[in-house]
Amino acid sequence: MAAEVARELRASFAAGRTRPVEWRAAQLRALVKMIEEKEGDISAALHADLAKPHMESYLHEISLAKASCTFALKGMKSWTKPEKVPAAITTFPSTAQIVSEPLGVVLVISAWNYPFCKSMIHCSIDPVIGAIAAGNAVVLKPSEIAPATSSLFAKLLPEYVDNSCIKVVEGGVEETTALLEQKWDKIFYTGSGTVARVVMAAAAKHLTPVALELGGKCPVIVDSNVDLHVAIKRIAVGKWGCNNGQACIAPDYIITTKAFAPELVDSLKRVIERFYGEDPLQSADLSRIVNSKHFNRLTSLVEDKKVADKIVYGGQTDEKQLKIAPTVLLDVPLDTALMTAEIFGPYLPIITVEKIEESIDFINSKTKPLAAYLFTKNKKLQDDFVANVPAGGMLVNDVALHLANPHLPFGGVGESGMGSYHGKFSFDCFSHKKAVLIRGFGGEATARYPPYTTEKQKILRGLINGSFIALILALLGFPREKR
Amino acid sequence: MAVVAELGETVSKLRQAYESSRTRSLAWRQAQLRGLLRLLKEQQETAFEALHEDLGKHRAEAYRDEVGLLMKSANEALRQLGKWMTPEKVWVPLVAFPATGQIVPEPLGVILIFACWNVPLGLSLEPLIGAIAAGNAVALKPSELSPCTAKFLAENVGKYMDAAAVKVVQGGPEVGEQLMEHRWDKVLFTGSPRVGRAVMAAASKHLTPVALELGGKCPCIFDMMSSARELQIAVNRIVGAKWSCCAGQACLAIDYLLVEERYLPVLLKVLKSTMKRFFSDADAMARIVSARHFERLRNLLKDREVAPSILHGGSMDAENLYIEPTILLNPPLDSAIMTEEIFGPLLPIITLKKIEDSIAFVRAMPKPLALYAFTGDAKLRRRIVEETSSGSVTFNDAVVQYAIDALPFGGVGQSGSGQYHGKYSFEMFSHKKAVMKRGYLIELTLRYPPWNERKIALMRHLYRFDYFGFVLCFLGLRR
Repeated sequence: MAAEVARELRASFAAGRTRPVEWRAAQLRALVKMIEEKEGDISAALHADLAKPHMESYLHEISLAKASCTFALKGMKSWTKPEKVPAAITTFPSTAQIVSEPLGVVLVISAWNYPFCKSMIHCSIDPVIGAIAAGNAVVLKPSEIAPATSSLFAKLLPEYVDNSCIKVVEGGVEETTALLEQKWDKIFYTGSGTVARVVMAAAAKHLTPVALELGGKCPVIVDSNVDLHVAIKRIAVGKWGCNNGQACIAPDYIITTKAFAPELVDSLKRVIERFYGEDPLQSADLSRIVNSKHFNRLTSLVEDKKVADKIVYGGQTDEKQLKIAPTVLLDVPLDTALMTAEIFGPYLPIITVEKIEESIDFINSKTKPLAAYLFTKNKKLQDDFVANVPAGGMLVNDVALHLANPHLPFGGVGESGMGSYHGKFSFDCFSHKKAVLIRGFGGEATARYPPYTTEKQKILRGLINGSFIALILALLGFPREKR
Repeated sequence: MAVVAELGETVSKLRQAYESSRTRSLAWRQAQLRGLLRLLKEQQETAFEALHEDLGKHRAEAYRDEVGLLMKSANEALRQLGKWMTPEKVWVPLVAFPATGQIVPEPLGVILIFACWNVPLGLSLEPLIGAIAAGNAVALKPSELSPCTAKFLAENVGKYMDAAAVKVVQGGPEVGEQLMEHRWDKVLFTGSPRVGRAVMAAASKHLTPVALELGGKCPCIFDMMSSARELQIAVNRIVGAKWSCCAGQACLAIDYLLVEERYLPVLLKVLKSTMKRFFSDADAMARIVSARHFERLRNLLKDREVAPSILHGGSMDAENLYIEPTILLNPPLDSAIMTEEIFGPLLPIITLKKIEDSIAFVRAMPKPLALYAFTGDAKLRRRIVEETSSGSVTFNDAVVQYAIDALPFGGVGQSGSGQYHGKYSFEMFSHKKAVMKRGYLIELTLRYPPWNERKIALMRHLYRFDYFGFVLCFLGLRR
């Protein structure tokens, strides 16, 4: 089945269906229409998969998806125009340009946590939008762990877009493996580092380039020089208001000074209660854990007494509903699973250091995260942070927002991934920038050709160094050759 | 085993050098580039000797294709470095006010560069310029098939540049494999697709991003020329691009030619006379790099189906590893010479009924690194750009696109991924980090739970940047 899909898409691409800008715009407009007309269905599917609150669905998935389509529709005309670049004296006269062309047939494998977003919107629709805007044919493999959203895609997309060029393939490990055996012109994968290695190894067989959007432990440094209440609200909504911590850019852990920690913890407690009430498990504004496998993975992180003892707030769980309340821990031992693996859940450990500057070394002792956050008004600390913490992206005095700015590239580095997207970066991700040089017969430099006399070599040197005089000499036909 | 331990130490020393932040400053990067320029100036003669030893390359070719271009690139990098390192400011939506956004380039860390044997200096030092400019520590692994150049690099790079952060590792494929066992922050590989696959597979274990500069069969579409002068110039350029580029052993060399059958006699006449003129001197053309490659090329010609199509040339000197510039006419399309990258001084010419048929012909082959077309027909030109895919396209010349800094150099599909030269080199070895900064002045409480329909309505307006609607809604004057 995977082979058939690949074959059909390849034929459609070869026939040139996806190339005209009008086709691309029509697909994007159809996507906007789909999002607008089926907003209710989409929200319902997200709720079925994750108990995602309507507001979150709207904010993080639906509206961002629409905004991405609109941004691409507006930008496409200029993105698809060839870029003129200066040619060199060396090749005078000539004109040079860079033409963006589609890679061909691309595979987008999305993650389960932002299933709509990750497939169509932002994290995932964004890749599909980029692929279409760039003129490719696309296969989307939504995550099987969000089954309602996955089948919604499979059902809705064919009703709105050109099915011969844009397809949805549902399934689990087996179907994904079958897809990975085919030859694609690019693979875009969102998910974990473990599976990413498998994807890249499979891609290597066909020399297929990949973009990998992975995770990591996104640290949040909180300095004492802040507007604490605002900072905590932003951190809290970034952590628990984003799929209850199940987001690649959600704050994973906080670092602050020993002196400031008590105040910070107090503020967190107040804000969590304000957002989710006294019994967060009953709040309609909190997503649930996606499935029992992840629920068990998360609860086992705090099973160890060494860890459980450090809980300073929260900790309630409801296995039937797969819900875990926002939970804060203080000074968890650094060698525990909670502090070594990406949490991807509602646990928020706080690590304390003597001086806030030490937090930078702490972050750098771990692998490069997808996002790093800093709350401080101290300009020097901000500069130090930006200059010395490698990360996919960073935000000062807020959390997660950078992903909503289409002018900023979104992507990881090191273990958090490779390649970036959003806005024009999505378009570029699925394009090949073809260099095109057009020469005439006007300037013929015989100096380039053998036999290589000393005279020729002198002129050649000049030409390569962009010497105007050498150019004139060459154009005038020097050195004169005996025929 | 000693080799393994030694390599491990080299890698960790490079990482230590990078972690010490010595490669980050503008001053360090400039010093390295200046050091490289001094190396190329002071050791130029030695470099020419090494290239001549390894490949029989004439010093003019060595300057034109390697040393000269490298000096140009290093100077350009020095000139532009400040600009490349400057963060780029980006627009931030009003709804996030007050906020600033920028893209900050940062080095990836420790880079590994594999160079191929045919342009041994150029393919190690051109990427090195980019990696250094971007602030990384670098390991260079030149090809063992160009041993004199490898030795030249090993002896000089450490002397003219910061030996703690820029190292040359010599050795064969086993050394390459060993190096790939380690984690790098990026690997650039120039070479064959077969090894490219192995490099990418090894890189996947550490999630090391790779850039692959592979080859392919670069076709040359030859259309009717409008005058004898233009025909001669075109043929000059074709002959130069095929045989005076390391005897055809170049990823950008013309691999095969496509021409209309009625035009063939005219083309052949000029081809032969030009070849005679250019290569009257035995040392004007490089030799074949090794006995193994000589055998490989000999076998391409020995093929029973192919031998009858040899039109010109064909003589070989195994002792001196010299193969005469050779033209073939219409060898079978399924023969090795038409399915594998030739990488040698053999030029198959394929005739077609109409020159437009060349487009379908090229599309049926894997995407090449470069596509060449000699034509004055604007319509054909447009069709070629739009209907074929290749790393680059050059009209009415060949190989020269390599010298233009503003054009990205790299392949697509089977010819590779990733591009460099000029600022693209800097970008290839950088991570473009998105940085957004906000203040505390304005706080939009509707972001926070508990959520309700009113908050969502407000958000809808904001997300459409409909600030007026937002205000109305906020004031309760609109839903």
